[in-house]
Amino acid sequence: MQFGIFSVGDVTTDPTTGRTPTEHERIKAMTAIALKAEEVGLDVFATGEHHNRPFVPSSPTTMLGWIAARTEKIILSTSTTLITTNDPVKIAEDYAMLQHLADGRVDLMMGRGNTGPVYPWFGQDIRQGIPLAVENYALLHRLWREDVVDWEGKFRTALQGFTSTPRPLDGVPPFVWHGSIRSPEIAEQAAYYGDGFFANNIFWPKDHFRRLINLYRERYAHYGHGTPDQAVVGLGGQVFMRKNSQDAVREFRPYFDNAPVYGHGPSLEEFTEQTPLTVGSPQEVIEKTLTFRESFGDYQRQLFLMDHAGLPLKTVLEQLDLLGEEVVPVLREEFAKNRPAQVPDGPTHAARVAAALAQGNQEEVTA
Amino acid sequence: MKLVVVSAGLSVPSSTRLLADRLAEATQHSLSGADIRVVEVRELATAIANHLVTGFPAPVLSDAIEAVTEADGLIAVTPVFSASYSGLFKSFFDLIDNTALVGKPVLIAATGGTARHSLALEHAMRPLFAYLRALVVPTAVYAASEDWGSEGDARTDDLPRRIERAGGELAELMESRARTRRPADEAVVPFAQQLAALRTG
Repeated sequence: MQFGIFSVGDVTTDPTTGRTPTEHERIKAMTAIALKAEEVGLDVFATGEHHNRPFVPSSPTTMLGWIAARTEKIILSTSTTLITTNDPVKIAEDYAMLQHLADGRVDLMMGRGNTGPVYPWFGQDIRQGIPLAVENYALLHRLWREDVVDWEGKFRTALQGFTSTPRPLDGVPPFVWHGSIRSPEIAEQAAYYGDGFFANNIFWPKDHFRRLINLYRERYAHYGHGTPDQAVVGLGGQVFMRKNSQDAVREFRPYFDNAPVYGHGPSLEEFTEQTPLTVGSPQEVIEKTLTFRESFGDYQRQLFLMDHAGLPLKTVLEQLDLLGEEVVPVLREEFAKNRPAQVPDGPTHAARVAAALAQGNQEEVTA
Repeated sequence: MKLVVVSAGLSVPSSTRLLADRLAEATQHSLSGADIRVVEVRELATAIANHLVTGFPAPVLSDAIEAVTEADGLIAVTPVFSASYSGLFKSFFDLIDNTALVGKPVLIAATGGTARHSLALEHAMRPLFAYLRALVVPTAVYAASEDWGSEGDARTDDLPRRIERAGGELAELMESRARTRRPADEAVVPFAQQLAALRTG
């Protein structure tokens, strides 16, 4: 089981001070948060990809490359790579390069993006969102697995005799998650390839995601990748903690009430009841997170959103201390209990290389 | 048969609810048997606003949306505000999937202070449900304040007669329609088929 954080990289005014960080400050804050994540023992740092204000992370491999050079262990991921509007050839190249520089500590989460104008800005049509995700990923998948690719599709110019360079590290491409909030087509796509499925469940009630995840698990087995409980599932979470629960609520409320995504809507209490958001003591965060397993089955990766809505860097770093010291060690222990032996761990490059070697040896033996 | 009544009056008691109840009664009278569920939009006002902001419904709202989606027939009644349905009424229907009402029998009705607003039913309500591809019965019922205390004349049926006619039309349509089948959420096109669609296109 892997634990980490994911950031959307929003530049938001701190509602308690009225101060808005500059883009430079926000970018530096994100990298400081990533370094802190490794320091407190988390397994994953993930960044979103956005091409519009008020978000800064338009260039994830640049940022993750910088972080890779200053860290040793943490897996660097995207929490969205826009498979619809990025050229799959450039994704293949950029992330293979990052994979080499980070010694394999890289994976990606494919997403379609939900900002209408981004599609035309990048020469695409939002009504083709699903077909773009299907075709572009089919090409990316081949570019990482076949040395020479001849290819023709609907959405980009044809390729004849093309080799994407550098080749993936150790011949094993970065692990891919497919993220979706509402589309069963994407759960089906993840299942077809035997890739991971990340349900960003942080803003919605669990019943909806239970249906999507069950569909993914069932189809994963249908396509012969393993049993339903061997499918690779990631979940989101959103927490704000203080030692004393009441302090957490008091401090977080103005950020909640003014947050870009859900502010000026339901009360903090209603939202906490209906979604994974937990505002309270580390113990309350542990209890809420443990319920995810009951709803969705044993899973592989838990990512928390910690640094949005204008929270100051200092506060976020304090949150990461609490997460790393008081929450994650308990969660590791609890999630390990009664975990069936066949349920896989979170994906790592080393394990995937070993699996590829084992499979290669198996094929040699049978041949 | 499940008959769902959406009433968007704002005062309690409201003449919109009064009209809604009379229409439900008239419809039920013409049906062999019907369960009636009334959705008071006023009681969902906060939940509707929250859903618009957050993108997901609170349990009480998802329950109402599901009732409307699953209904065999629908009676929709709104007060007329600024020459159209009320904003709250529209917001509720904005949150229902735009295919949920396809082929569903619907009776539309409205209330207002003066009969001069009665064509709001034909110029605003009927196009809304036409967009949703519902089957709207020919008689739409408008009740102005004066209608509650007046008889019809040579050219116009009085309110009770219009209610009775509209209820009869809805009942007839509900009975003649097989229950609208709702596609399952998980109905997925197999992946190979999604890929093939791109190749042959």
